[in-house]
Amino acid sequence: MSTATLPDDPQLRERFNELKPPLSPQAAVVESNRCLNCFDAPCTAACPTHIDVPGFIKRIASGNLRGSALRILEANILGGSCSRVCPVEVLCEGACVMHRYNREPIHIALLQRHAIDDFHASGEDMLPVPPAPLNLRVACIGGGPASLACAAELRRHGASVTIMERRALPGGLNTFGVAEYKLRAADSLREVELIRRMGVEFRFGAAIDSAADLEAIDAEFDMVFLGVGLGAMQRLGVPGDDQEGVLNALELIAAYKTGHIREISGTVVVVGAGNTAIDAANAARRLGAEDVFMLYRRGENDISAFDFEYEHARQEGVQFLWWRQPTAIQKGESGRLVLNTVQTQQVGETLVPIPDTEFIIDCDLVVPAIGQSPLTQLVQQMQNVAVRDGRIVVDRATGQTGNPRYYAGGDCVNGGREVVDAVADGKRAAIAMLKSAEAIHA
Amino acid sequence: MPDIRVRGFAGGISSPNPFWLASAPPTNCGEQIMRAFDAGWGGAVWKTIGEPVTNVSSRYSATDWNGQRIMGFNNIELISDRSVEINLSEMAEVKKRYPHHAVIASLMVATTREAWHEIVTRSEDAGADGLELNFGCPHGMSERGMGSAVGQVPEYAEMITAWVKEKARTPVIVKLTPNITDIRSVARAAKRGGADGLSAINTINSITGIDLDTLIPSPNVDGKSSHGGYCGPAVKPIALNMVQQVMSDASSALPLSGIGGIANWRDAAEFILLGCGTVQACTAVMHYGYRIVEDMAEGLDNWMRSKGFNNIEDFRGLSLPRVTEWKHLNLNYKIVAHIDEQKCIGCDLCHIACWDGAHQCIHLDRVSGPIDGHVELHSIPAEQEARSRESIADTPVTRKERTAIAASQGPYPTPLARIPRVDETECVGCNLCSLVCPVDDCITMVRVDSGVPPETWEERTRGAACAPQPNQL
Repeated sequence: MSTATLPDDPQLRERFNELKPPLSPQAAVVESNRCLNCFDAPCTAACPTHIDVPGFIKRIASGNLRGSALRILEANILGGSCSRVCPVEVLCEGACVMHRYNREPIHIALLQRHAIDDFHASGEDMLPVPPAPLNLRVACIGGGPASLACAAELRRHGASVTIMERRALPGGLNTFGVAEYKLRAADSLREVELIRRMGVEFRFGAAIDSAADLEAIDAEFDMVFLGVGLGAMQRLGVPGDDQEGVLNALELIAAYKTGHIREISGTVVVVGAGNTAIDAANAARRLGAEDVFMLYRRGENDISAFDFEYEHARQEGVQFLWWRQPTAIQKGESGRLVLNTVQTQQVGETLVPIPDTEFIIDCDLVVPAIGQSPLTQLVQQMQNVAVRDGRIVVDRATGQTGNPRYYAGGDCVNGGREVVDAVADGKRAAIAMLKSAEAIHA
Repeated sequence: MPDIRVRGFAGGISSPNPFWLASAPPTNCGEQIMRAFDAGWGGAVWKTIGEPVTNVSSRYSATDWNGQRIMGFNNIELISDRSVEINLSEMAEVKKRYPHHAVIASLMVATTREAWHEIVTRSEDAGADGLELNFGCPHGMSERGMGSAVGQVPEYAEMITAWVKEKARTPVIVKLTPNITDIRSVARAAKRGGADGLSAINTINSITGIDLDTLIPSPNVDGKSSHGGYCGPAVKPIALNMVQQVMSDASSALPLSGIGGIANWRDAAEFILLGCGTVQACTAVMHYGYRIVEDMAEGLDNWMRSKGFNNIEDFRGLSLPRVTEWKHLNLNYKIVAHIDEQKCIGCDLCHIACWDGAHQCIHLDRVSGPIDGHVELHSIPAEQEARSRESIADTPVTRKERTAIAASQGPYPTPLARIPRVDETECVGCNLCSLVCPVDDCITMVRVDSGVPPETWEERTRGAACAPQPNQL
């Protein structure tokens, strides 16, 4: 059995054509030759998974493409999706010494993608020879990047690993939550398939919701990795925020990526100004919305989105409404919505609405994008697994929770960072589990 | 304004500038040479004239380096495949239209006095300003007793030079092959034979590479290859050394036309500084076309202005006295590496080069002074890398986190932890770090007073029976 996949949709491909097209083989060699091959390179240090960047780049230069891909995958099994979704401007490429040399950093992401795409195209496996079996059974709860990375690392060393995924398809936010022009769901699934072929078992539709589910897992497995991510997106908390026509950013992104929404018309208001908000706003534009507004309760300089994401949204034609927040959503004429808003201002530490500054926006869709709520219900049923500020508390270097058999990583621990952070967490936890198992069996 | 004209080179050849095209494909025919003169070349050595040959395809191959094409170039092409008549009638036409440019006939015929006498007379009748005897071609022709087969045997070289001089009315230049243990042996022979000038170097025997799919070396001629002649930027250092050897040897030295990887005005200036009166280019023209001469002329002119040189003779040979035998170098001259923290970009190539390729004295820690006794102890590069790989890094997702990173940079453009430090007490002044540093003038080699007067190896070992002095230990 291979991992299930999504039907190809030419319209989706055309509307969400890739932001950064791949390098041609010749262009990759030219670019790889530009790399200075720094010692203990800053790009490698800046990468949360510490991919040996000059190492894989110089393998491209020498024509050792297979070696290049393996160098990447050994450090980061999701190197393919990371090469597409990482905010490299603040990671490897941001750290490139070329900024202080001739200004243009090495195009690390494109080179990484080149090597990994070539590896996938070759149809090769990560583990042509299965490792000697290790007497360690691990359950990874959640099928997103953190669990995938943890599972791959464990499997590489011979552990038997089972990923429990609530949905019918694996990959978590990598499959369902990333703008399609950055990472196609199909590419995420292709990457998961590589991990499955390493011998990782997947159980789909496997929701772990109750104490009984946990007991079953405890009985079947030696250790557990929690890569459960965050909960649903937060509601706006204003009257009418749950009616038809209100669809949060992650729901919108998942819906268009899986073909459930293929067209949007009229006016869309996205509330929030983070990276996910921008992904949703851009998606609305590309799906056909004439006017897309991003409504943010603070100013341009306060947004959490990366600068390049903000710039991208402006290029997509997204319009911004600063210092304004929603107060209510009402049903308008002919099925449209009326979004009531008010201007805000900062008074000390808090934001307050300014009287008599209300105005309404007639719109067709309101998209809350003000963050995900913590997912703690299940975790609270686990013994000795502590949660603080909505995040699972772990030892930073090992990912171990207060319960020595339970490890955790990714968004449920860091509150919501990038794919590469989740991969790093999963890998660290796997290494710690292996060490711990070794100590037990020694 | 500097005057870069060449006057009376090798006893009578003049040209508007010292930039000549070497005898090669760019000088295959009159039409090419006239276009080259229009582009600005001062002279041309005609593609070697002799009994026409049959060439093979393919003929060329190259060595690329780090994505740059043609660091070195190799050919298995023979001399002209056109008849002597056609070459010489075109030569007459070129001389008629370009009377002030230098046209040199490169010659290679069978080793008989009559054959040489005949070709000399015919070439000069066609209007050649000088003759270049091709004793250097290392492939093909040498198997037929010509080219380097002559140039590798001083007696033959001397004999043929003398035959040519019996007839020649124009200057005779002997082109030397580098495929010989000591290039001076043939230079001396040419001089004894009466040559008026020399040109050096011809191409170097080479196999440029092997196709790793077919396992056939290149150039591939129907599944087989043959050694060729190597030239281009890669051979310049070899050529400079041979030029220096010839020009520093009184029994070899003659007016010399420098050849070997000359692609720009800097290369030309260096050959002239070692005594060359003219320079010849080929590979760079085959790569980019005749147009490269414009920058050669302008660049040389600008450099001469900046140095106050009025003509070529003002600086010709100025660097020759600066080359000596090793035994005459000052053993007490001491330099140490200095890293400019404002210029350092943090690639740390100097660190790894010094640790793995030199003397382990460029460090990434900021410890100063001796620790653990006389010798400083430092973590080895692998430990340094391991620490980085074990560190925990997060993506700075919030504006606050990004601002904090920017603020932690320190006083230099590069974070201090990545700016290496030189242990001057251990630095031997080898230059390696300054050579690997990608940034101009970031690592400089600074002279330090060694506190001892200059002393050469020869001086130190003179009267070796004496006991060494304490400061010599």
